[in-house]
Amino acid sequence: MNAAGFPLLSLLTFLPLVGAAFILTLRGEDKVVAENARWAALWTSLIVFALSLILWFRFDKADAGFQFVERLDWLTDFGITYHMGVDGISVLFILLSTLLTPICILASWDAIQTRVREYMVAFLVLETMMVGMFCALDFIVFYVFFEGVLIPMFLIIGVWGHSRRVYASFKFFLYTLLGSVLMLLAILLLWFRAGTTDIPMLFEHAIPPALQTWIFLAFFASFAVKVPMWPFHTWLPDAHVEAPTAGSVILAGVLLKMGAYGFLRFSLPMLPQASVDFAPFIYALSIIAIVYTSLVALAQENMKKLIAYSSVAHMGIVTLGIFTFTVQGLSGALFTMLSHGLVASALFLCVGVLYDRVHSLDIARYGGVAKILPAYAIVFMFFTMASVALPGLAGFPGELLVIVAAWKVNPWIAFGAALGMILGAAYMLFLYKRVAFGKIAKQDLLALLDLSARERLVFAPLVLLTLWMGVAPQSFLSFFEASVTALVVRHEAALGAARLAGM
Amino acid sequence: MNWTLALPELVLALCGLAILGVGVVQKCNAYYACSMAAIGAFLLTAVLVLGAAEGTGYGGLVVSDAFSRFSRVLILIGAAAGVTLSLDFNAKEGIDRFEFPVLLVFATLGMLIMVSANDLMSLYIGLELLSLSLYVVAAFNRDDERSAEAGLKYFVLGALASGLLLYGSSLVYGFAGTTNFDHIADTLSDPARATPGVIVGMVFVIVGLAFKVSAVPFHMWTPDVYEGAPTPVTAFFAAAPKVAAIALFARVLGGPFGDLAGQWQQVIVVISLLSMVLGAFAAIGQENIKRLMAYSSIGHVGYALVGLAAASEAGLRGLLIYMAIYLLMNLGAFAVLVSMRRQGRAVEKVSDLAGLAKTDLSMAVWMAIFMFSMAGIPPLAGFFGKMFVFKAAIDSGLWTLAIVGVLSSVVSAFYYLRIVKVMFFDESAGALDARPASSAFVMAASGLFTTLFFLYPAPLVAAAQAAVASILG
Repeated sequence: MNAAGFPLLSLLTFLPLVGAAFILTLRGEDKVVAENARWAALWTSLIVFALSLILWFRFDKADAGFQFVERLDWLTDFGITYHMGVDGISVLFILLSTLLTPICILASWDAIQTRVREYMVAFLVLETMMVGMFCALDFIVFYVFFEGVLIPMFLIIGVWGHSRRVYASFKFFLYTLLGSVLMLLAILLLWFRAGTTDIPMLFEHAIPPALQTWIFLAFFASFAVKVPMWPFHTWLPDAHVEAPTAGSVILAGVLLKMGAYGFLRFSLPMLPQASVDFAPFIYALSIIAIVYTSLVALAQENMKKLIAYSSVAHMGIVTLGIFTFTVQGLSGALFTMLSHGLVASALFLCVGVLYDRVHSLDIARYGGVAKILPAYAIVFMFFTMASVALPGLAGFPGELLVIVAAWKVNPWIAFGAALGMILGAAYMLFLYKRVAFGKIAKQDLLALLDLSARERLVFAPLVLLTLWMGVAPQSFLSFFEASVTALVVRHEAALGAARLAGM
Repeated sequence: MNWTLALPELVLALCGLAILGVGVVQKCNAYYACSMAAIGAFLLTAVLVLGAAEGTGYGGLVVSDAFSRFSRVLILIGAAAGVTLSLDFNAKEGIDRFEFPVLLVFATLGMLIMVSANDLMSLYIGLELLSLSLYVVAAFNRDDERSAEAGLKYFVLGALASGLLLYGSSLVYGFAGTTNFDHIADTLSDPARATPGVIVGMVFVIVGLAFKVSAVPFHMWTPDVYEGAPTPVTAFFAAAPKVAAIALFARVLGGPFGDLAGQWQQVIVVISLLSMVLGAFAAIGQENIKRLMAYSSIGHVGYALVGLAAASEAGLRGLLIYMAIYLLMNLGAFAVLVSMRRQGRAVEKVSDLAGLAKTDLSMAVWMAIFMFSMAGIPPLAGFFGKMFVFKAAIDSGLWTLAIVGVLSSVVSAFYYLRIVKVMFFDESAGALDARPASSAFVMAASGLFTTLFFLYPAPLVAAAQAAVASILG
C-alpha cells in the first residue's frame, strides 16, 4: 500500500469522472441545470484539489523513487499493468492540474452561458486525463491519457470557441495526433523488445544506440508538437486565440507541459545516448524559438496571440534546460514549467477579464484601462512582471537556473536565452503599455466595472503562489531535487557504460 | 460421427424454415413477429454455440473449435443487432415484409457454416448461402431504383468473386489432391508439394475473399451497394458478413495455407496498404454518410488485415480483437444512421446531422464516441484494436505497413472529426425525428461497450487468444 493508505492517485484521477457522470444525470429547466452543473463541477474539482494536497504534505522529498504507487492487473499477460505513482518530477504537475481546474471553472462561471452542462463535463473529463497522464507509470496507460486529452479539448475549442474555432480545433487535433501516432509506434517497439510497458522497468532496459536515434525521433515528433517547439508551434497561436478563456488557461497551464514532461520522463532516461546526440539540435531549435517567437510576439495585434507566442518562447527555455543534462538545468526547466503554468494561465485570465467585458482581443481596442480598472491593472501588472522574470516573482528562479546551466554548456546558448528574456520584457511591457496606459480612446470603456469578487477569488491563489515561488523557490525546488539528481546520475552512468562498451 | 458439432447451424436452419412457414401461412403482416422470432433464434443459437462441443465432424467438412465459437458469437451479435435496427426502419419505409428476417436468418446460417468450415467445399456452400441472401436483401426496397441497382451490382460482382474463389479452390484441389483443410495443411508442409499451381489457386481464393471483405483493389462495389441498399441492410453488410469473411480469411490462410505464409504475406501486405490509404482519402470528400461509412469500412478492413499480414499468432489475435471492436462500434454508428429521419423521411447526408448536439444530445454524444473510437483515439475501444494489430506488425518487422497505417489513421481522423464538427459545432438544420427505441437500445449497448472496454479488456483478449491458438494448433 502507499503512503496515503488508500489509492490516492486513482481517486484523484477518476473522481472528476464521477462528478461528470453526476452532472450528466441532471435534468430540468435549462437555467437550473446550468447552475447546478457549475456548482457540481466546482465542488468536484475543489474536493479533488483538497485531496491532492495530501501529495504536498505526505510526499517524501528525500526519496528519488516512485511514491504512492498503485498496481492493478489490466492486460498482465501482455506486460501491461495499471501502474500509477509519482516522483519529484511529476508530483507538482498533478497539483498544478488540480489547482487550475477549479480556477478554470470559476473563470467560466459567467463567460459560458450556452451548453453549460456539457462544458463542465468536458472540463472534468479533461482533468481526469491530465492527472492520469502525470500519474501513469505504464507507457500504454500514459498514452491513453495523453491522447485522451484531445477529445475534451477539441470540443472545448470547437463548441465554445470564437469565430475561427473549427479551423483551430481541427488543426490542434490533427497536428497533435500526427505526432502522437509516431510515438505510439515507438512505444509498441519498446513493448516488443522489453516485453513490458512498465516505465520503471523500461528504464532498466538498454537500447542499442542506432535504435535510440529512431525512437528518439518518434518521441520527438510527439513531444515537440506538444511543447510546442519551433517550427512545430503553429497550431498553438490558433488554438489559443480561438479557445474560450478557460480553454487557453488549461492549454497554457498544463497541456504545454505534457511535451516537456515527456522529454523528461521518457527521452532522457530511456534514450541517454540519442538525447546527447540530439542535444545541439534541440539547443538550436530552442534558441530559435526563444528569439524568433519573441520577435513575432512583439508584432502581434491580438493579446492572446501575443501571450501564445510568449509561451513558445518560455517553453524554449524549458527544452533548453532539459537538454543541458545538469541538475541545475533540469531543476530550472521544471521550475520554469511550473511558474509558466501559473503565470501564463493568469495572463490568459487577465485577457479573459477584458474579453468578458468588451468582447475583443485586439490590443488596439483598449488603452487607458489602468484608469478605469485600477485593481485589474495591478493584477495584470503583477503577472506581466512575473512573466518577464522580475526577481522575487515566479518567473525568475527557473530561468536563472537554466541560463546558468546553459552557460556551462556554451556561453552563446546562454546569451541566446538571455536575449529572449530581454525581448520578453520588451513585448510584455509593450503589451501592458498599450492596454493599460495612454489616453482612453474608446469612450465605451469608461463604463467597465472593476474586478468582481469572483474574479478576485480566481486571481488570489495565483498571486499568492507566484509570490511564494519567487520569494521561496526552495520550497518547490526541494520537491525535484532527489529525483532530478537521480536522473542525472543515471544518465551519466548510462553514457559511461555506453562509452566503455564502445571502447 | 458426432452430429451435435453442427447443432447451432441445424437449429438455426430449422428456425429459419419455421419462421418462413409461419410467415407464408399468416394472413396479416407477420413482419414484426418474424423479426422477433429471428432475434430469438439468434440468441438461442448463440447459447448453443457457447455450449458446443469441440471437434471435427461430417467427414471433416465441419469443425467446431474456439475460433469458430469466437467468430460465430460475433456474427450472431451482428445479425441480431441488424434485425433489431431494421424493425422500425422497414415499417416506416413500407418494406416490412416477413421475408426480410427470413433472409437474414439464412444469411447468418451461411456465415456460421463459413466460419466453421473445414473444407473448401463447405466454405463455398456457406459463402454462397450468405451471398444469395444478401443479393436479395440489398435489392429489398424493390421500388427504389438505387436499391435495385445496388442489388444488381452486388450480384454481378459477387458472382464474379465467387467464380474466382471456386476456380482457386479447383486449382488447389487439382494440385494438392484434396479440399480438406487439414489435408491441405499436411500436403503443403512438404515444401516440394507447394507447387506454383497451388499458389496460384491460393491467390485466387484470396482474391475471392478480398471481394467479400471489400479490400482494395476489389472494393468497387462497396460504396454503391452501401449507398443504395436500405440503411439497416447496409448496417448488416458492414457488420456480420465482414466479420465472417475476415474470420474466414484468417482461418484459410492461417490453417491450410499456414506454411505458405511467405507467399500470401506479400499479397496481404499490398491489399492492406491500399485499403488503409484509399479508405482514408476517398472518404474525405463524401457527402452521403452511408458512402462515407463504406469507405471507412474499407479502411477498417485494411487495419484488420495488418494483423493478418503479420502472419503471426499476435497478428491473428489482433485481427480478431479488431473485428470484435469494429463490429460493435460500427453497429452503434449505423444505429445512428438508421435513426436519421426528418419529418418521416429518411435522410442520409452528413449535413443532415448538423446541430444534432442541440436537438438530441445523447444521440450526438454516442455518435461522437463511435467516431472518435473509429479514429482510434484512446481510451475508446477502437484504439485498442489498432494497438494490437500495429503491435503485431511491428513484432513482425512490417514497418512500412505500421507507419503508413498510423499516418492514414490520422488522415481518416479528419473525416470522423468532420462528423463530430457537424453535430457539435454547426447550427442546427432542424431537429431529427425522435429515434426509435430499437436503435436507441443498440446505440446505448454498443456505446457502453466502446466507452468502457478499456476498463476490462482482458476477457476479449483472452477469448481471441484461445481462438487463434485453436487454428494455429
